[in-house]
Amino acid sequence: MSAKIDETITFECETGNYHTFCPISCVSWLYQKIEDSFFLVVGTKTCGYFLQNALGVMIFAEPRYAMAELEEGDISAHLNDYEELKTLCIRIRKDRDPSVIIWIGTCTTEIIKMDLEGMAPKLEYEIGVPILVARANGLDYAFTQGEDTVLAVMAHRCPEQEFPIGESKETIKKTNLFPFPLLKEKKLVEYANHPPLVIFGSLPSNLVSQLDTELRRQFIKVSGWLPAQRYADLPSLGDGVYVCGVNPFLGRTATTLIRRKKCELIVAPFPIGPDGTRAWIERICPVFGIETQSLEEREERIWESLKDYLDLVRGKSVFFMGDNLLEISLARFLIRCGMIVYEIGIPYMDKRYQAAELALLQDTCIRMCIPIPRIVEKPDNSNQIRRMRELQPDLAITGMAHANPLGARGIGTKWSVEFTFAQIHGFANARDVLELVTRPLRRNENLDNLDRTTLVRKNNEFYTSTSTPR
Amino acid sequence: MKLAHWMYAGPAHIGTLRVASSFKNVHAIMHAPLGDDYFNVMRSMLERERNFTPATASIVDRHVLARGSQKRVMDNILRKDKEEGPNLIILTPTCTSSILQEDLKNFVDRASIISDCNVIFADVDHYQVNEIQAADRTLEQVVRYYLEKSHRQEKLDQFVTDAPSVNIIGILTLGFHNRHDCRELRRLLKDLDIRINQIIPEGGSVEDPKNLPKARFNLIPYREVGLMTAMYLNKEFGMPYVSTTPMGAVDMAACIRQIKKYLDTLAAPILSSKRVDYESYIDGQTRFVSQAAWFSRSIDCQNFTGKETVVFGDATHAASITKILAREMGIRVSCTGTYCKHDAEWFKEQIKDFCDEIIITDDHAEVGDIIARVEPSAIFGTQMERHIGKRLEIPCGVISAPAHIQNFSLGYRPFLGYEGTNQIADPVYNSFALGMEDHLLDIFCGHDTKEIMTKSLSTDISLIWNPESRLELKKIPRFVRDEVERNTEKFARQKGILDITVEVMHAAKEALS
Repeated sequence: MSAKIDETITFECETGNYHTFCPISCVSWLYQKIEDSFFLVVGTKTCGYFLQNALGVMIFAEPRYAMAELEEGDISAHLNDYEELKTLCIRIRKDRDPSVIIWIGTCTTEIIKMDLEGMAPKLEYEIGVPILVARANGLDYAFTQGEDTVLAVMAHRCPEQEFPIGESKETIKKTNLFPFPLLKEKKLVEYANHPPLVIFGSLPSNLVSQLDTELRRQFIKVSGWLPAQRYADLPSLGDGVYVCGVNPFLGRTATTLIRRKKCELIVAPFPIGPDGTRAWIERICPVFGIETQSLEEREERIWESLKDYLDLVRGKSVFFMGDNLLEISLARFLIRCGMIVYEIGIPYMDKRYQAAELALLQDTCIRMCIPIPRIVEKPDNSNQIRRMRELQPDLAITGMAHANPLGARGIGTKWSVEFTFAQIHGFANARDVLELVTRPLRRNENLDNLDRTTLVRKNNEFYTSTSTPR
Repeated sequence: MKLAHWMYAGPAHIGTLRVASSFKNVHAIMHAPLGDDYFNVMRSMLERERNFTPATASIVDRHVLARGSQKRVMDNILRKDKEEGPNLIILTPTCTSSILQEDLKNFVDRASIISDCNVIFADVDHYQVNEIQAADRTLEQVVRYYLEKSHRQEKLDQFVTDAPSVNIIGILTLGFHNRHDCRELRRLLKDLDIRINQIIPEGGSVEDPKNLPKARFNLIPYREVGLMTAMYLNKEFGMPYVSTTPMGAVDMAACIRQIKKYLDTLAAPILSSKRVDYESYIDGQTRFVSQAAWFSRSIDCQNFTGKETVVFGDATHAASITKILAREMGIRVSCTGTYCKHDAEWFKEQIKDFCDEIIITDDHAEVGDIIARVEPSAIFGTQMERHIGKRLEIPCGVISAPAHIQNFSLGYRPFLGYEGTNQIADPVYNSFALGMEDHLLDIFCGHDTKEIMTKSLSTDISLIWNPESRLELKKIPRFVRDEVERNTEKFARQKGILDITVEVMHAAKEALS
């Protein structure tokens, strides 16, 4: 399949001089997701400064994460890493009593070659708390890929279990018993007899429950999520277990699940937007020999409910600068909404893991009769800004570093990080995505009569950062 | 290794970037891994900056680790030179990249030969100095670089201006109320009939430093940034400097008198005759322009007598505010502290007569413990103390960096000058008044509002939330939970459903979206 895509979708690669969050930022949502965890970021002041500023008010809520700040003695190896980490971890155990401590390796630990993976098992044995090591550093990864590195190491800790395959693949008859989803009690629900399915990707618990319900309607039972609400509840994995991702940045986790845990990966588009959600379910069902039920109607109903927003976005143009790897899925959804996408910037493009999503993007473009946007891997922000000056998109989805300057030049901007933290998965949350996307458009409409679309001085070149060049 | 959640002063490169992006037409290049350009976000957000922040990263990745970064650094310097035509490019490493111990200085020297602009390497040690110290050093380095260059080219103009003139040194981007302070200082110097020769770095051009020696003296409003430059100028050109922070009426007077002293010693006798009478200026301003002196004698302020406070912040602000509270408002300062450990001696000397206890630390937990122990009526500190105050239910006025976006106000809020005294008095008063009101509310058991007993619409159908859906409801953020509860019940009634399950909740959300 990927060969076919390669013929039609073109991928470019630029210099990689772009703005994104450091992958250690994943601790901010993961410590909230995994309730009994403690994240210890082993890094320098720079890492700490980023975390404290990027996470804003969260830092004041006594979060279950901290910096192990490296000092000069640590860098020059005057201090013993093992002893230092041991002291800190014992203190963490005493103060917080977590079920697991996750060390986040940073650029510095990479460069000084601190052997976190070697020390962890020793220390784990010594202090009796599981210690995982995830190298979520800026040398190798961007922003959301941090979660990928954490989930990949967490997959190793999932209990091993083998499931017999067979006798399960019988087609469930289409019943008309559920015109309205009145599934009363969990115990009474009938599931199809299918091999275990584990979903991977960290989502807020109410989203987990929404997607669980969605699959239950198709008689599919979700045996577990990676990560679970608690470290102790990690799902069982093994030969015969099917896995499916909910986020486009989890390529490494997928690889680990396939190679190390012998799971079967269901390659599907991601459940972002009603089209994505339907395609996601439609990819899972046939694997278990299940015919989907009333999905088309459901999708249709959601699209109808979005009508007011769709009127707003139709024909408007978008430019993704790229920083969180959600770009392909979001672009695909927005194209289906009737928008024109000029460019999809993306930090890293895993063509195998995202194969189904790319195929859906291609289908959507054909269906909506628009050319396939250029996909730019490792974009160069300076070049992108120059291209934006030519294209004058209605909306730029971008990092905060560029949002205000672009806004002052009359381009509507949406802060891309919001898509990472907002609830955007499943049928019911399609509206939330459009709420985000249309906010700058609606705001600008409200301010239209002010006639102040560009608010920089004339002699200020579009790109030039300060005054006029010599 | 130490366990840390929060730091008052950022890493060194932030200081360098603040200086670089304050100057006009200077570009900073960070030698840093992906994601370390967070400074751009801060500047764009906090300062609501309309222009692109002139700082980019030369990314350190695996390839760089393998092959060295010389080519990439050179390419990036030359590229920025071509694209933006800056006067100066400053290359700065971050904590991480400085461990690589590459000879960045050498790359810079080579790049400066082939590029049109000047290129310098920020000479700061990332494991020895913090943001504040690095800013001080970088500013001095830039000034020194240009003065030495002009000296070599024999373009240095050392003729001191005839009219009294001054350089203001140390106004920075992302500085606490720096822009407002700068405007207030301009006004003050205009009143004193002193011409402003240069303001650096904010808005200044790097080509200008060669004119710095033309001023009669230098004014350093903040301890943190500018002193090194002032000392350098003093040593090389014999320029005197005034480093008394003009914050609060008493220090204002001290600062102005010091200015007068330098002008008098250097001024030609003819000029002094037509100059402003500083003493009557001070007197008039203190008594009538600034409301603060009268305010602290007004009846309202009697309530402050003996009230306890804790002050914490950078050296400049914490010291000045302590003196204002104790000396000008009659408030008891139980403890004053600063996170500027490198300036501890000066700090102690300044405030030893104005507070009971001095604390020098950069550990916020220690500050929190002291606040909890003292239980002051109000705190004056940074963003961190504001949150400590919230937790302990003690009002807090923010008087120093690090601050959040609400402290980058659009309105005119200087801390310096005579208007500054007013701007300080307001939040001080408001903090206490709020504290007092809270206290009274406590005594009289809250506002006189009876709890509204019936909050749901009357209905004859009683709905039952099963335990699971109840749990699900609890997961919803509090500020929307009531709405979700109402909507779900409304939906259930419409559908004639009595038992509310999780499925019903989801269906309700879909139906309403």
